[in-house]
Amino acid sequence: MFVEALLTGITLGGMYALVAMGLTLQYGVARIMNLSYGEILVAAAFAVFWLFTVAGFNPLIGMAMVAPAALVINWVIYRILLLPLVRRAKTRDALEVDSILATFGLLFVVQGVMLVLFGGAYYSYSFLAIPVDVFGVTIAANRLLALAFAAVIGLALYIGLTRTRAGTALRAVAVDPVSAQLVAIDVRAAAAIAFALGGGLVAAGGVLVSMFLTFNANIGVVFTMKALIVVIMGGVGNMLGALVAGLILGLTETFVATWIDPGLTLAATYSIFLIILLVRPQGLFGRGGR
Amino acid sequence: MTRRFRILAAALAVGLAGTLSLAASNQALAQDKIKIGYAISKTGPNAGGANITQIPNYQLWFKELNDKGGLMIGGKRVPIEVIEYDDRSNSEEAVRAVERLITQDKVDLLLPPWGTGLNLAVGPVFNKYGYPQLTFSAVTDQAPALVKRWPNSFWFLGTSVQYINALVDLLSKQQKAGKINGTVAMISVADGFGIDLSKAARDGLGKAGFKLAMDKSYPVGTQDMSPMISEAQRSGADTFIAFSYPPDTVAINDQAKVASFAPKVMFTGVGTGFPLFPQRFGANVEGIMSLGGWNPNNAGTAEYRKKHVAMHSRDPDYWGSQLGYVSLQMLEQAVERVGKIDRAAIVKELQTGTFDTVLGKIKLVDNMPPKGTYAYIGQWQNGFFTGIAPDGANMKPMVIPKPAWK
Repeated sequence: MFVEALLTGITLGGMYALVAMGLTLQYGVARIMNLSYGEILVAAAFAVFWLFTVAGFNPLIGMAMVAPAALVINWVIYRILLLPLVRRAKTRDALEVDSILATFGLLFVVQGVMLVLFGGAYYSYSFLAIPVDVFGVTIAANRLLALAFAAVIGLALYIGLTRTRAGTALRAVAVDPVSAQLVAIDVRAAAAIAFALGGGLVAAGGVLVSMFLTFNANIGVVFTMKALIVVIMGGVGNMLGALVAGLILGLTETFVATWIDPGLTLAATYSIFLIILLVRPQGLFGRGGR
Repeated sequence: MTRRFRILAAALAVGLAGTLSLAASNQALAQDKIKIGYAISKTGPNAGGANITQIPNYQLWFKELNDKGGLMIGGKRVPIEVIEYDDRSNSEEAVRAVERLITQDKVDLLLPPWGTGLNLAVGPVFNKYGYPQLTFSAVTDQAPALVKRWPNSFWFLGTSVQYINALVDLLSKQQKAGKINGTVAMISVADGFGIDLSKAARDGLGKAGFKLAMDKSYPVGTQDMSPMISEAQRSGADTFIAFSYPPDTVAINDQAKVASFAPKVMFTGVGTGFPLFPQRFGANVEGIMSLGGWNPNNAGTAEYRKKHVAMHSRDPDYWGSQLGYVSLQMLEQAVERVGKIDRAAIVKELQTGTFDTVLGKIKLVDNMPPKGTYAYIGQWQNGFFTGIAPDGANMKPMVIPKPAWK
């Protein structure tokens, strides 16, 4: 029973981490507190639903189309909608407030488009909902896939950010945008890339969770909230932090649901969140950005 | 002085009443259109349910009225005008919108919002202005008490006890026949619907001698059901009951399939009767039970389903939808019989009249359809969500055990 709870918790945590990784890039590096984050995730879910049920594309091929498309769209959103705010903002705090307001508006635009196209009804499709035996525990293949993606993307980005020149430049922007300019880093271009990359990531996450979660045009905010908790818990802008924080949340929820009461999962989540904020206000791996 | 004042007041009152009644009759004579208004959750957490069960019925009814040339009032067809607001799944917003519909838009008829919570929230406003409130997405054990307080309110889905009694009867029979053991595993969503139904089930199952080996509630929006499914699997119960919301209903069945958890009786909540359910699970829906259910041989509902599919390209919800359409048919007939927009008379007609509906002739008892009008418990049988309880003429026998997942 322990192995079962452990594996289920890791799978759930992997999904949380996956959902949060895009936000940690957008918030940590590009300094955009993107409230429409969950809506982009749901939009990707709808896109792949449409590709799968109408056009007949396998959701994995759908992801290969949706994620790059989201990357480009997010880059355009940054250049057109957010760059004026970046230019205007005198301080980082001012940018944060402005970006919250602007993306709050964007949230309703994206949600409205989805409502017009798909209505408010629930959507769901079945893909890879096949049992896989892992150490004697049965887990759905689509959830394992989401976990694998979270691990691979998390580690790849972590290495990319810490070991490559471009990654180092991105981290420099996250740490200190003003000084980064002094060493010839094009801060705006770097932030645009980080924001677009975050958009591509969240779209990939949206495709993966749509394989096992029922969604409609209105549930984006659920994912924004979850991602925000994971990002703040893990340390803003830190990939490894997002992965670890996601796993902590997933394991906590599963352990509480298995041994205490499923009704207390939310309470447990927020208690852990509170404790970590009290002990390490900068987040688990936060060091002013990494 | 006092006397003169009194006379003056009386004269004034008579005069006022006169102008008022004059205005009223003028309005009736000059009425060139009937305004129908409603506030409903087009966005927010309620939108999923409202978009399946309620809005399609409204649209279907408006289309039929428009095709006929409007509502029949005093022997001639009066065109309708529809005013719709989004209550954003928020009860204050719903109350404001309904008040606005009444006082500013001056609608002639109001249609209810979606869900138990919002219908309870707008109830006082409907009542204050005397508008009939024909709810068909609200289940509450307070319904009989509410009808006394708000005689203008009608509760087509009835009370949670009625569903639980029907379910417990079914289970008791199967247990007596030796088909299932006396142990039940139950989970419920920690929200209005789940709390009400699980409370009633705890009482009902306990009285019938069943043992609850598992009785857990989970928060709205729970994204992983596997710990609960594993516990139910370990509990040794032959009967699994989940009072769940649509996303959970899908997740529970998904997880049960992955874990090969096929209890002899599998009952899941809202969403089991939605068109998305058979789409998602195909032949695996066989044997799964839930609230609602249709009579497969009823020509009226079959015709209604055909119209619904023609307009919306999807099936109705097999619980609330047919009652929604019935309530609109009854409202239309009541208005026609009264012959004018006299809401008190329309309420009275709804309370006492007998109406021709897709479910046959219906006469309400205490503002609710009497037992036997429609199925409380249904089961997927041969790809059709078939009514199996309460005992009555049109109910099919229950299929047991639920087949294994394929």
